[in-house]
Amino acid sequence: MKPQVKIKTLSIDGRDIGAREDETILEVARENGIAIPTLCWLEGLSTVGACRLCMVEIEGSSRLLPACTTHVEEGMRIATDSERLRRYRRQIVELIFSERNHVCSVCVSNGHCELQSLAQALGIVRVHVPYRYPRLDVDASHPRFVVDHNRCILCTRCVRVCDEVEGAHTWDVSGRGVDARVITDLAQPWGASESCTGCGKCVHVCPTGALFEKGKSVAEMSKRRQFLPYLTLMREERR
Amino acid sequence: MSKPRLATLWLDGCSGCHMSLLDLDERLLELATKADFVFSPLVDVKEFPRDVDIALVEGAIGTDEDREKILKVRERSRLLVAFGDCAVTGNVPAMRNPHGTCCVLARAYHETVTESPQTPTENLPRLAERVCPIHEVVAVDLVIPGCPPPADVIHEVLTELVAGRMPDPARLSRFGQ
Ligand code: FES
Repeated sequence: MKPQVKIKTLSIDGRDIGAREDETILEVARENGIAIPTLCWLEGLSTVGACRLCMVEIEGSSRLLPACTTHVEEGMRIATDSERLRRYRRQIVELIFSERNHVCSVCVSNGHCELQSLAQALGIVRVHVPYRYPRLDVDASHPRFVVDHNRCILCTRCVRVCDEVEGAHTWDVSGRGVDARVITDLAQPWGASESCTGCGKCVHVCPTGALFEKGKSVAEMSKRRQFLPYLTLMREERR
Repeated sequence: MSKPRLATLWLDGCSGCHMSLLDLDERLLELATKADFVFSPLVDVKEFPRDVDIALVEGAIGTDEDREKILKVRERSRLLVAFGDCAVTGNVPAMRNPHGTCCVLARAYHETVTESPQTPTENLPRLAERVCPIHEVVAVDLVIPGCPPPADVIHEVLTELVAGRMPDPARLSRFGQ
């Protein structure tokens, strides 16, 4: 038998809502059809709170808190949308665009990209900071997949899915700040990786065109994520 | 009331945005009754005129000449529109930036030729060290992303502008569309 779960009452955007005490603000919001933008978060993976797009306002606190890592508390009054939040979200997305070379028009993920659609949803039509135009590698050494660092936003979904779901831990992050890169094994070419099983989960959780299947041209790479909640569910049932 | 004076300019881009403008087809005729096309690659006028009401600029700033042109256009136009992804983000022309202009020239004119390789210089503007979107050089009043922006989007934007209203292209178009 499951232990009793406690229920907390709180309000999101003025709506009174009941939630299990072990839930995060993001989970509760999603259950209630309230959309909060996210990039690093993905259902079925652990939560890292890295991208800060899901920040919300909580009454009585001057700090913004990430909805994906913050647990609900009794009496919390949460706002998921305000001019201030929208401004910060736009800034985050613009900074991501300026950091690497996201050239939507020639990207394999054009039209299927979470970063691109988020920009549109936030009304971003131009980037106000200068683009950095770093020189970055494309590793096509794997027989089936490619990693294009120009499009990587360092959400670490690939790292987490490979470790937590596939159990291979081929992916990791090396370097710091602007020099951070996702790497395979000990920063070897992907094709030389001994731990990679070639399952392709990393490719399909990647929100942008950073990881894609060989043979896909501009706008041809759409990702299939359905497997993830399904796998998680199956595993929970088995436990 | 006199008709608004409309100009379009082609800088460092592939002309795809102008092609998309041409895709307005018969709607161009209707537009021509509401606005005067005073300057465009489609019009035989050599010097960018004064007192332009609406200037649509395709392309990034890729040469010294582009820079001079955009400064003049800014000075002579009431409303400057960044028209398409190259003007808005740098897009494909800016893909040379991570490599450097000399690398790209070397690749195009030296490494790929064995018979007397040479970089053309005569009658050509010098390529800038770095390609940039036009808002890094001049103030931009309106931005239409898209590669190219679809004809319907251009139609809606121009119809609104010509009628003296400010459209919201964020609703209509996105990067790479
Ligand atoms: S989704 Fe919450 S921090 Fe990225």
